[in-house]
Amino acid sequence: MATATAEPRSAAAVAPDGHKHKKNALSDGQGRLAWILLAPTLLVILVVAGIPVIMSIRESFFQTNDGVDPVTGMVAGGEKFVGLGNFTAIFAGQNPVTGSWGTIDRFWNAFWNTTAITVVCIILETILGVAMALIMAKAFKGRGIVRAGILVPWAIPTIVSALMWKLIFDADGIMNRVLGNQVLWLADTGASFWAIVIADTWKTAPFIGLLTLAGLQTIPAEVYEAAKVDGATTWQQFVRITLPLVRPTLVVAVLFRTLDTLRMFDLPYGMIGAGKYRVETLSIFSYLEATQTRYGPAAAYAIVLFIYVLLVAFVFVKLLGADVIGDTGMPKKKKGKKKAGDAAAPGLEMVGGAH
Amino acid sequence: MATTTTPPTEHSHLSSAEVAELAREKRSPKALVGMIASYVGMALIVLYCIIPFYWMIVSSLRDPSQGRSTQFIPDPVSIANFKGVFSGQNNFGRSLINSLIVSGATTILTLLFGIVAAYALARLTFKGKGLVLWVIMACSMFPVIILIPPLLKMFSSTEPFQWFPRWVDTYQAVIVPYLSFGLPLAVWNLTAFFKQLPVELEQAAMVDGCTPGVAFRKVILPLAAPGVFTTAIIVFIGAWNEYLIALTFLQAADRQTATVAISKFTGTTGFDTPYGTIMAAGVIVTVPLLVAVLLFQRRIVAGLTAGGVK
Repeated sequence: MATATAEPRSAAAVAPDGHKHKKNALSDGQGRLAWILLAPTLLVILVVAGIPVIMSIRESFFQTNDGVDPVTGMVAGGEKFVGLGNFTAIFAGQNPVTGSWGTIDRFWNAFWNTTAITVVCIILETILGVAMALIMAKAFKGRGIVRAGILVPWAIPTIVSALMWKLIFDADGIMNRVLGNQVLWLADTGASFWAIVIADTWKTAPFIGLLTLAGLQTIPAEVYEAAKVDGATTWQQFVRITLPLVRPTLVVAVLFRTLDTLRMFDLPYGMIGAGKYRVETLSIFSYLEATQTRYGPAAAYAIVLFIYVLLVAFVFVKLLGADVIGDTGMPKKKKGKKKAGDAAAPGLEMVGGAH
Repeated sequence: MATTTTPPTEHSHLSSAEVAELAREKRSPKALVGMIASYVGMALIVLYCIIPFYWMIVSSLRDPSQGRSTQFIPDPVSIANFKGVFSGQNNFGRSLINSLIVSGATTILTLLFGIVAAYALARLTFKGKGLVLWVIMACSMFPVIILIPPLLKMFSSTEPFQWFPRWVDTYQAVIVPYLSFGLPLAVWNLTAFFKQLPVELEQAAMVDGCTPGVAFRKVILPLAAPGVFTTAIIVFIGAWNEYLIALTFLQAADRQTATVAISKFTGTTGFDTPYGTIMAAGVIVTVPLLVAVLLFQRRIVAGLTAGGVK
């Protein structure tokens, strides 16, 4: 399928290339049409994402006037401008809590929780996911069953899976019975951290596996045959062929998973609960502040998280060469998107198989 | 596979027996071990994925009095939990309808906007395409939580948004924010799908006198239907499974979506966490998705790998 699609793509891509293209109704003077077609989407994105982000930034410079009027229960007197006050408060350590990192400011506690959960989860998920992809790539029969199985964790709503794991990790639950142990997984202990890691890894390692498998399937068998002829061992094939060739797909998959894990909310909130400092992530902290009408600090924390996410994405794109955009329609990227190639499969099958 | 199809016997210097011998798959003991290992590996993957879900099903089928029993097979099998889910105080039936409305509306709006945008990105050349792609990509990256403080203020008409209609506990309060993650996903997927369809198809239609718009509508869109369908499923599942936004903006009992309702279950029996009922509700919420996923697994996998988003 990849070969079938490569040709029309390059044909389409050549036309817009440079200045001397011939008349082509598909590419000439269509800038205005393009913007008209994009307008609704860009407008929606502006309204539902752009404006709130800007409002959040504005919000982060304000604080709700402290003190709820005890008589009316109304917030007294709106808000006041505090400049960078909400951000400097992060470093002032006014709100110490005791979690896995000793007694530190609640923000930093959440920050390190988020970071630790992300790092540990991503490492585990990547290793497991790649292993799953390798197994699936080897399979001739039964791949459909495995793929169906792998989609089960993906399809279960995160909050439902959080409650499911809550039952499994219950003090009298099946996990303790299997381990023959009495671990208090849900009691905001060090074990709670690992309960979250296990639950998240369960849900998303298969996802990395799926994406990696798509990458693996684009590696031509000839490459391996040539390597075998040259006497490469299985391990050498894995390190010298599989990993480098699957790397672009894997890096993108890991990037998306990382960004997703950094904003984790449902799992700790549903499984361990609100205000549990061992597993409180930045999203949870910010949410709790917002629902306490402390919009200013909540917005400030959300913005720090946003900047953190942007930095991580930047590192992935610049240092690891994650090709997130993939294709800007220019011919240079012809290696193109095994992802897109794979996506074509159903469409083309439909074309061919419509009886 | 190619080796098993025996070529016509032009190579007359080989007897047919020799050809058959050569063509037969060579199964060294090592390959056999590899094959067994791969089956074992596949079984492990399936077990890994299924077992926790199995536990959810088993727990939902227990008698409500044995909420946390650790028996691997419920004894006796009981559907009392499933009845309990729909008992009065949980409002679960209503929450399922709410989920359906919210996810359905999100999906339809997303497709409407996404299809035209994806067409522009896949087929038209214009300055700033890279920028647009980056904006859409960035939109799928930012943490949802950043929307919460300002939108909560806005939708609850607190200062300085007294002018804004009170949207808390209305469907649009979640549908609109959902578009912020639905649209990037849809545009991304659909662009990939549209690009795969040969541009010659449209050109042929235009030679026959269609405008680009008509060519797109009559030729490309029908061919891209599977892609559109896949995108719809993925967006729908995303909206159906969303929790944080729904939790924040839909607090009234008759407006909650299913995910929020489940997390707030007080159950029908005792003051204990009603695990049986929660698991039953979890099964009810998940099973329709699983059926869709299993039916369309090939397409969903293709869509996920094309989008790579979330």
